[in-house]
Amino acid sequence: MLASDTTTPKTAEAALSLRGISKEFPGVKALSDVSLDLYPGQVTALVGENGAGKSTIVKILTGIYQPNGGTIEVAGQKTQFANAHAASAAGVTAIHQETVLFDDLSVAENIFIGHAPRGRFGLIDRAKMNENARAILKQVGADINPVTRLRDLGIASKHMVAISRALSVDAQVVIMDEPTAALSHKEIAELYELVEKLKADGKAILFISHKFDEIFRIADRYTVFRDGQMAGEGLIEDVSEDDLVTMMVGRSVDQIYPKKDVTIGEPVLTVSGYSHPTEFDDINFELRQGEILGFYGLVGAGRSELMQALFGITKPSKGAIKIAGDIAIVRSPAEAIGRGIVYVPEDRGKQGAIIGLPIFQNVTLPSLHKTSQQGFLKLAEEFKLAREYTARLDLRAASLDQDIGELSGGNQQKVVIAKWLATKPRVIVVDEPTKGIDIGSKAAVHEFMGELAANGLAIIMVSSELPEILGMADRAIVMREGRMAGEFKRSEMTADRLVRAAAGIKEKAV
Amino acid sequence: MIKQFIKSREALLVLAILILLGLISSRFSGFIAPRNMASVFQDTSILIMLALGQMVVILTRCIDLSVASNLALTGMVVGLINVAAPGLPVPVLLLVAMSLGAFLGAINGILVWKVDIPPIVVTLGTLTVYRGIIFLISDGAWINAHEMSASFKAFPRYELLGQPVLSWMAVASIILFYLLVVRTPLGRAFYAVGGNPHAAVYTGINVGFTRFMAFVIAGAISGVCGYLWVSRYAVAYVDIAGGFELEVVAACVIGGISIAGGIGTIGGAVLGALFLGIIKNALPVVDISPFWQLAISGSAIIIAVAVNARSERKKGRIILKKAEHA
Repeated sequence: MLASDTTTPKTAEAALSLRGISKEFPGVKALSDVSLDLYPGQVTALVGENGAGKSTIVKILTGIYQPNGGTIEVAGQKTQFANAHAASAAGVTAIHQETVLFDDLSVAENIFIGHAPRGRFGLIDRAKMNENARAILKQVGADINPVTRLRDLGIASKHMVAISRALSVDAQVVIMDEPTAALSHKEIAELYELVEKLKADGKAILFISHKFDEIFRIADRYTVFRDGQMAGEGLIEDVSEDDLVTMMVGRSVDQIYPKKDVTIGEPVLTVSGYSHPTEFDDINFELRQGEILGFYGLVGAGRSELMQALFGITKPSKGAIKIAGDIAIVRSPAEAIGRGIVYVPEDRGKQGAIIGLPIFQNVTLPSLHKTSQQGFLKLAEEFKLAREYTARLDLRAASLDQDIGELSGGNQQKVVIAKWLATKPRVIVVDEPTKGIDIGSKAAVHEFMGELAANGLAIIMVSSELPEILGMADRAIVMREGRMAGEFKRSEMTADRLVRAAAGIKEKAV
Repeated sequence: MIKQFIKSREALLVLAILILLGLISSRFSGFIAPRNMASVFQDTSILIMLALGQMVVILTRCIDLSVASNLALTGMVVGLINVAAPGLPVPVLLLVAMSLGAFLGAINGILVWKVDIPPIVVTLGTLTVYRGIIFLISDGAWINAHEMSASFKAFPRYELLGQPVLSWMAVASIILFYLLVVRTPLGRAFYAVGGNPHAAVYTGINVGFTRFMAFVIAGAISGVCGYLWVSRYAVAYVDIAGGFELEVVAACVIGGISIAGGIGTIGGAVLGALFLGIIKNALPVVDISPFWQLAISGSAIIIAVAVNARSERKKGRIILKKAEHA
């Protein structure tokens, strides 16, 4: 008998390797010297906090960003992904968190959009397209008719279509960016099966997730990023949940937070039993004067939805709020503003600045009743109000008459904050206050929040950035899947505890 | 201030109008005589007023295609009232016209606000419905000059300080709309709602109600124009001002009112209307077939939109300079 055990090498060659990748943006180093190997038939979990550089690496892998340094190797060959098309041609495909599909096209059209099989005269061969789609759908184990309109499918089926689309380009490397974020338990189980199938087909999979249970269930290897650097890599079987958490959060605190010591005063906002049919359930907390209350959690934990309900944009199904001791019913944003609650939303572009209006008009928009007399606006008063509050925020602008669109992101943020302060609020809710702004502006925003609290304002700070919560909050509430998963005083707050509460992992036994 | 004006869209329009007048006067020098210019203004008054109403609607990221039908319906109603009760004084008729117009505008507004139908669909529907109602109430018959009372017909022509009331009504509308748009919270809300409806919600503005008010205002001024039109031309029938809504929208677009909402000035709307008014009045005197008017105003719209798109894109580039983050 002849033994032929030399045919399989001990470690397979990586399908794709990144070596020493760096990526800089003006003012920020997003990635420095990171490496990542993806092996055929294996799932590599990429773990890290928000801002650790996960999205950046995905964009480099898919050719959307070009690295400033380092090399990319596909099947041992050095290469470059000059654009998204090059990455796709090299067999790298990504399934994004929010899948981009076309609701009014059929399933098959969605799968083959951009590379539909052509027949005579270059026209799309629909029969062939549907047939190919059926084959791919069968491959991923999805029982979907390819001629169905996408709109008529559930979210899980849509996901299957997105995955089928990724596979239709003959991908060797599949990137899944938080694929289970929007799925139910049953749908997640189906996704796991699919991942197993892809593994069996020899695809190399990069799986990005915040959920530890699923990482340990389906991943073979892990890579941990922290602040744009490698914090560890290896085989899942050699590591514990605790080790991963430590790698994720064991940071060097390189930012100094200008947290001021403030005497906490009377309660200004009391929320009890606040619930919403689909977004959050049984939320109870008290917010005091001078306090910064942090809301930490994963994206989609229901924090913003809760804040929108407090601000009167959506209606809660039950529960009550008290403002300064009095029961309050807030039915619209105008009422919330009138009662001294303001909300600085997360997406500046969509919800903050009004491009097209000059700076001073952006500032005075919610305060127009103060700057008008007998129904007529007093422009001089408006200027005065705008000047006062923009000066407090150290706004850099040529003139208050300037269109707000001409300002940088950080300065736009300052205008939006000035707008809210001008209403003289009691409670200010800031949703991801420093997301996507440069470090200098970040520090200014933090400094200013500290000052506001010192002046007796109560602040709710929704943030997905741990250091921001640890650095700025007097107290932190962690939300997970729409419920309160923990509440920590400043003295009890550790990165470890917050991350565990947010991900639903038990506290480390002492 | 002067520097800002020179760079503005309004300056560009003034320049375009001056060039246009130069070209016309090279073929017919009498056109730019003050007397003739005053009569061009008078002739353009209704267009100016409707453009002002349309402007506030467009500012909120909506559109009102029913203004001309509204005008025709209100015109017919006040005409019928005048026939039935010739003694009713004109100010009462004006009030009736304004209220009826506002009511018709409110129907548009409610459908956009509460039923959440896209404005273009709503007003395309009411455009036909309002015309249809004219036929129902008039039986398709005309109201001719001899059936109208003398005071009914005389009002727009009555001269005050050397100019007809019709022109003064346009001047008054310009002033009122300027105050509304620049100096009232509602006017500011029009810009905010059109510029960024999501952000407007967070500043406590009721987006739906603001749009509703824009439709009511546009309707009210259409109603007033209904009376003015019928009394000026001394005739009312089903098809008056047919297709005029497109001219009104064109005036706004030429005047730099952004169809995407949130951008536009009173000066722009007025100049846009005057531009079209001058072309309309000049073509016959310089011996060009009036049919060319359509082609010329069409070209003016395309050029205006191209200019607007270019200046808005420039703004976008500045926003994109902000640093991206991982």
